[in-house]
Amino acid sequence: MTASAILLVVAVFLASAVEMVEAATIVVAVGVTRGWHSAMLGVGAGLLALAVVVAALGPALTAIPLSALRLAVGGLLLVFGLGWLRKAILRAAGLKALHNEAETFREQRELAREAAVAAGRLDTYGFTLSFKGVLLEGLEVVFIVITFGSNQGGIGLAALGALAAVVVVLGAVVVVRAPLSRVPENTMKFAVGCLLTSFGTFWGAEGAGVTWPGADIALAVLIPATLLISVAMVAALRRTAGTAALPQPGAA
Amino acid sequence: MGHVRAFALFWWDFIVGDDYRIALGVVVLLTATDLLSRSGANVWWLLPLGVVTMLAASVFSAARERRGQRRG
Repeated sequence: MTASAILLVVAVFLASAVEMVEAATIVVAVGVTRGWHSAMLGVGAGLLALAVVVAALGPALTAIPLSALRLAVGGLLLVFGLGWLRKAILRAAGLKALHNEAETFREQRELAREAAVAAGRLDTYGFTLSFKGVLLEGLEVVFIVITFGSNQGGIGLAALGALAAVVVVLGAVVVVRAPLSRVPENTMKFAVGCLLTSFGTFWGAEGAGVTWPGADIALAVLIPATLLISVAMVAALRRTAGTAALPQPGAA
Repeated sequence: MGHVRAFALFWWDFIVGDDYRIALGVVVLLTATDLLSRSGANVWWLLPLGVVTMLAASVFSAARERRGQRRG
């Protein structure tokens, strides 16, 4: 396995794990308060909807010429990556509340408790909340798997990374039967933001007709450079923050 | 009409995110790189430089806004 293939699997695994943890928090909150039947039906429907998106987008992407695909995918990865990195830098600098699964779990549980229970066999509130949680958190993973996989010629490898994350997170949820608040989610988002931004820069520029000095080796320079610059930005923000208040956990 | 608007807003939020200037900047940078490459220049440095500048501008601008809100 080449170095870029390993990085591809790592990036997809981390991104998928972060999104899976968030989806699992919502599903567990629904399951505990509204019952597991509707929660699991929502999970099933959400996964089915994601499968339809993959089935529709996957073959469509393979029909696009490689340079155009790299340009489009590079741009999309850059927009996603910079969005993740921006949030991660602000959180690390104490300027944005840290994502906290225990707090999210409490909020979701309270909302689920307050909602009226509809008559009938299916609790539509629980189903909808669970369905939306899986679909919305999963959609980003689907985009990352398809874009990374189609570009690198390794949809199978990318899917393997995502599947490994699903197995690890689901296994952990089954074992602890509670939200996974100990997962270093903010650190993982920082790493994923760096990886997406680096891959997006590399592929986007290639798609726009650029020839990188050192070819694929340029990626091995872009990733640590992005990380170093991001860490430097965090340090600069902390230094200028002075008496900045500590982040309040809970906000997205 | 409400559903169409909600659908459009969902995709805007999903792709563009918190700072629309980042998405706009990426489009401008990729277009500029593509045009310069077509004219024969190998501008490999343009996108990384633009990305770092854009990220710094977005992060420091958000930091200024948040500090302003805390003081206010």
